[in-house]
Amino acid sequence: MILYLLRRLLLSVGQLLVLAILVFLILQAVPGDPVKIMLGERASPAYVETVRQQMGLDEPVLTQLWMYLTRIVTGNLGNSVIFGQPIGTLIASRVEPSAILITYGLVLAIVFGSVLGITAALRSGTVADYSIRILATAIFSMPAFWVGLVLSLVLGIQLGLFPVSGYEPGLVGAFRTLTLPAIALALSLIAVVLRTLRGSMLRVLGTEYVEAARARGYTEGRIVRRHALRNAVTPTISIIAVVLGFLIGGTAVLEQVFGIPGLGSLLVQAVERRDYPVVQVIALLAGAVVILAGLVADLLQAALDPRVRSAIRHG
Amino acid sequence: MVDLISRPRARTRRWTVQSAVGGTIVAVVILAAVVGPLLSPWPPNATDVLASLEPPSLRHWMGTDSVGRDVLTRSLVGAQISLVAGVAVTAAALAIGTVIGSIVAYAGGWLDAAVSRVVDTAIAIPFLVVVLATVAILGPGTVSVGVGMVVVGWAVYARIARAEVLALREHEFIMATRSLGYTSARILLRHVVPNVVRPGLTFATMDVVAAMVVLAAMSYLGFGAQPPVADLGSIIAAGQPFLLSAWWISTLPAVILIALGVGVGLIDDGFSLRRKVS
Repeated sequence: MILYLLRRLLLSVGQLLVLAILVFLILQAVPGDPVKIMLGERASPAYVETVRQQMGLDEPVLTQLWMYLTRIVTGNLGNSVIFGQPIGTLIASRVEPSAILITYGLVLAIVFGSVLGITAALRSGTVADYSIRILATAIFSMPAFWVGLVLSLVLGIQLGLFPVSGYEPGLVGAFRTLTLPAIALALSLIAVVLRTLRGSMLRVLGTEYVEAARARGYTEGRIVRRHALRNAVTPTISIIAVVLGFLIGGTAVLEQVFGIPGLGSLLVQAVERRDYPVVQVIALLAGAVVILAGLVADLLQAALDPRVRSAIRHG
Repeated sequence: MVDLISRPRARTRRWTVQSAVGGTIVAVVILAAVVGPLLSPWPPNATDVLASLEPPSLRHWMGTDSVGRDVLTRSLVGAQISLVAGVAVTAAALAIGTVIGSIVAYAGGWLDAAVSRVVDTAIAIPFLVVVLATVAILGPGTVSVGVGMVVVGWAVYARIARAEVLALREHEFIMATRSLGYTSARILLRHVVPNVVRPGLTFATMDVVAAMVVLAAMSYLGFGAQPPVADLGSIIAAGQPFLLSAWWISTLPAVILIALGVGVGLIDDGFSLRRKVS
C-alpha cells in the first residue's frame, strides 16, 4: 500500500515536471522574437534588450529551462509584461471568483448528473431513459457560452432573477453573480457524468451479487442504495478529475460572457495582448490542479473500494 | 448467429431505426450547409441597413443582424467552416495519435514509457488552455485554433491505439508477418494500424462535434475565424450586444450545431448497441 502510494506520488511529480517543460516551451515556440511581439513594434531596441535580459532569454535554452524550473519551485513567478505587476499578486487578486465558479459548477454537474444517470439506469429501455439520453446528447452539443447567453436572456434580462454581468464578493453576491455561469458551465458535464454513471450502474445491476440480493427479497431501494450505487460510484470518481479540466477551460469562456474578473478572463486578456509569462503561469496552474485532482481521485478510489486496494496489494 | 435469429425482432430493429434517424439529421444538416447558401436569396456578407434587426419571418427565417444580413444564410456558411475545420482537426488528431500510439506500443521499452507520460500529461492539461496558449503563440485564426486542438487531441487516440496494439502484438498473424521477415515499418503500417484504427474512429465521430463546439467557443472569444469571414461562434458573439433588442442573432445559429450533435449521438448510440447485440 505504501509502495503504491509512493509510486502514485512519483507519477504525479513526473507529470508536473513534463507539464512545466511543456509550459516552458510555449515561449520557445513563438515564431520570431517573443519580446518584440510582447512589447509591440514601437518599443525601443534598448528597452527590448533590457526585458530580454530580465527574462533571461539571452541565455542558452537549457540554462533557461533550469532557471525557469527553479523559479517555479521558489515561487518567484516574475512580472506581467502588460500589467506591470508581479504575476503572483495578479493571480491572487483574480483567483476567488474562478475558484468559486469551478466548485459551484462541479457540484451542479455531479448532483444533476448522478440523479439523471441513476434514473436512466434504473428505467433502462423506457421512455424516461430515452429522453434523458437524447437530452444528454443535446446538451453535450450546446456550446457553453451559448447556454450562458440564453440563460442571461431568459433568467437575467426577461425574468430579472440574476444580474447578467460582473461579480460581487460574499456568499449572497457570489450566488447572485455566479449561478448563471455555473449552470452554463455544468450543463455539458452533466452529460458526461450521466453517461458514465448510467453505464457503470447498468453493469453493476447485471451482476450476480445484485441478483443474489434480489433473490433474498430485499427492496429495490435497498439494493440500489446498498449494493448497486456503492459499486457504480468508483468509476465515476475517476472521471471527475477529467471533468475538472473541462471546467477550468470552460471558465475562460464563461467569465468572458458574464464579465467576471477571474483567472479565465485574465488568461483571455493575456492571450489577446501576448503576455506570455502570464499565459505560462495560468497554464501551469490549470494543469497542476488537474494532475493533483487525478492523484486525489486515485487515492480516494483505493480508500473507498476494497477491490481496488486488493488489486494494488496483489498488483 | 442462432442467437440473433431467436431474439425478438423488434429489439434489434429499434436500434437501426435510431441510427437511421441520426443519419437523416446529420445528412440534412450537411446538405443544408452545402446547398442552403446557394439556394438562399440573400448573399451572406452583403449589408442592407434598411432591413437591420428584423425578427424571424418567412423572408428571413432566423431574422437579420445589426447590418441587415440574413442570419440563416450566414449561419449555414459558418456551419460549412465549422464542419470542415471540425472534421480536419479530428482526422489529423486521429491519424497522428494512432500512428504514434501504435509505434510506441510496438516498440515498447523506454520510448513507450516516455511517450505514455507525455500522453498522460497532455490529457491532464485543460484542453481550452492549450488551445489558448497556441493562439498566443501563433496569433488568432482558425488555423491556429486547429493546430492547438491537434496538439492535445492526438493524445487520446494515442492512448486508445496503444491499448489495442498491446493486445494485438501477440496475435498469430502479426507473429507470422515477423517470421516472413517484413520490416517493422511495413508490419506497423500495413498490418497493425489498420486493425487498431476502428476504436479510434468510433471515438472520433462524437469528437467531431466536440471539436466544432470548441472552435465556436474560440471564435466567440475572437480568436477563431477573422472578419469578414464568420463562423457560428463569431455570429453568436456579434449578436451579444443586441441580446435585448434582437434575441435571434445570438440564439438561433446554435440550433445547427445542436442538431448535428444529436444526430451524431443517435448514430453512435445505435451502433454501439448493435455491436453489443452481435
